[in-house]
Amino acid sequence: MLRVENVRKSYGGRVVLKDVNFDIADRRITGFVGANGAGKTTTMRIMLGVLNADSGRVTKDDRVLTPDDRRIFGYMPEERGLYPKMRLGEQIVYFGRLHGMTRAAAQRSTDSLLERLEIAERSGDEVDSLSLGNQQRAQIAAALVHEPEVLILDEPFSGLDPLGVDTVLDVLRDVAAQGAPVLFSSHQLDLVERLCDDLIVIADGEIRANGTPESLRAEHAHSSWDILLEGDAGWIREVAGVTVSELDGSHAVFAAADPAAAQRVLSRAVTLGGVRQFAPQRPSLAQIFKEIVR
Amino acid sequence: MSTPTLSTPRTSVAKPTAANGAALVATREIVARLRSKAFLISTGILLLAVLLSIVIGSIASSSTTEPKVAAVGSAATSLAHKGLDVTKISTESEARELVRSKKVDAAIVPDTAAKPFGIRVIGLDSAPSDVLSQLTIAPPVTLLEPSKQNPIIVYFVALAFGLIFFMSAITFGSTIAQSVVEEKQTRVVEILMSTIPVRILLAGKVLGNSILAFGQIAAIAILSSIGLLTTGQTALLGTLGPSIIWFVIFFVFGFVLLASLFAAAASLVSRAEDLPSVTTPVTMLVMVPYVLVLIFNNNALVLGIMSYVPFAAPVGMPMRIFLGQAAWWEPLLSLVILLAATAGVIVFGSRVYSNSLLRMGGRVKLRDALAR
Repeated sequence: MLRVENVRKSYGGRVVLKDVNFDIADRRITGFVGANGAGKTTTMRIMLGVLNADSGRVTKDDRVLTPDDRRIFGYMPEERGLYPKMRLGEQIVYFGRLHGMTRAAAQRSTDSLLERLEIAERSGDEVDSLSLGNQQRAQIAAALVHEPEVLILDEPFSGLDPLGVDTVLDVLRDVAAQGAPVLFSSHQLDLVERLCDDLIVIADGEIRANGTPESLRAEHAHSSWDILLEGDAGWIREVAGVTVSELDGSHAVFAAADPAAAQRVLSRAVTLGGVRQFAPQRPSLAQIFKEIVR
Repeated sequence: MSTPTLSTPRTSVAKPTAANGAALVATREIVARLRSKAFLISTGILLLAVLLSIVIGSIASSSTTEPKVAAVGSAATSLAHKGLDVTKISTESEARELVRSKKVDAAIVPDTAAKPFGIRVIGLDSAPSDVLSQLTIAPPVTLLEPSKQNPIIVYFVALAFGLIFFMSAITFGSTIAQSVVEEKQTRVVEILMSTIPVRILLAGKVLGNSILAFGQIAAIAILSSIGLLTTGQTALLGTLGPSIIWFVIFFVFGFVLLASLFAAAASLVSRAEDLPSVTTPVTMLVMVPYVLVLIFNNNALVLGIMSYVPFAAPVGMPMRIFLGQAAWWEPLLSLVILLAATAGVIVFGSRVYSNSLLRMGGRVKLRDALAR
């Protein structure tokens, strides 16, 4: 388990991280969500030891990490970058060796990664001759070549087509399955919802929410209901203990003060003429996110 | 470190040593440069220019009119068919007078003590190399007004030291600056920083580019030595020897100093277009000794000061050794000063470098880059 404790950071008087605390669990993929400038990249750089925190610490399995431990991390920065004029295969091997691998081990790891990421046939090409999507895959190979114990990826899916997302996701799931904690940030909330096991929301340099997507939903569901009738739904506004938030002909979304109020709406609807659909509304991650960040 | 949760065997990843990391970075720098066509072509042109200047120099010196000499007695007979314009006279004092009045380039007198030559050459203020080169073996030389080198040769030696230092420092200084800013511009630097400590990255870059610079200097030195030998200009090679050796020693440390400055300066900007704004001060620093040595190559005071100022010493000290102005301990003292300055600049440079690498966008202020 990787733990971030009481981390603070400011740049020249501007506070970027107020007091950041969270854990990322082994064998799980954790999504890291926040608006631009919320402090995601700074947090990740501090976890890696690329940046120093003003105070606080980062531990792995209760041991404080030092900059010398950076080799256990696989990192994909938000600002993508590889040497444009260096051949793909050579470049991945180079990063493996910089992490301390032998040439043979780095070569083996590079070959199998490029194979998994479906860019093995481009191994001899210069990186800037690859398509953007393939450069993205190359970047992921650079983060994984040394078989890291912790994987930290800043926006790993941006710029990938749906097939690319699936390929990369398979690889990440494998890394997690082998025991590593995986943290990735993303703006694409629908993707995060589909991919991550745990979720951390950061806003204004503070962690605002932390848990599984289900637990966040349970926390932020306001017993809202979604109903679709045969006839007009305007009468629902008159029911006691009910607040309608959306009304559109025969479709309505309403919040019920208690479950009984929702049941009153349903039984009235049945007597008035058929009910096509009646369900508790699951707030989307995007809605929860907006609510948390607000 | 125990990682019980990880099933993959991790025997392949050892803790990388600093030397290993720096060597890997240096190797990458060298390979990248050797694969660049621009680098290969410019090196080829430089070597060709060196070779041409030597060949042209030899042609120019051989096409001049035959040197005039005054020969005394039996010495005249040994000068037959030597490519010299010989005036026969009777006494040595008369010969010395002709040399002093510059009617002849040199006088040749019999000297039984100078075995195995049997003759002695008398020159005015420097060894008359054009006369000597016409003699199959160089006889001992007596100088009437010794202690000065031929001013033309002094000028060209100054030009050579100044130009080689200037060219190499500028070429490889801007190479290292390009390479630093390329890593910032392509953002690969963040991956590098998450992999190895910044000081090792800097050390590797300085090392790699220094090796390239020394390689080029060595190629020039070997090529010009071969050129001087094959065109028969061995006398010049002999007098230059010690100062060339000192030049190489001073160049090694002087270049490391400049390379660190170039790397630190380049790390302040994020785009190649902005490079000139930060590397110009360093470039000026390199130009100063080049200009000074051309103007003041006969001014002992200026050369004396230059030979102790760290970034000018690689040009100033070899010049003074060539002119015979430096005592034996002077290059050693100057070298100690240069070493101390280089160490200081490396500390300063790596501070600026590591504080600036992650700051993208506009130019980083030097004060911010030096702050903790």
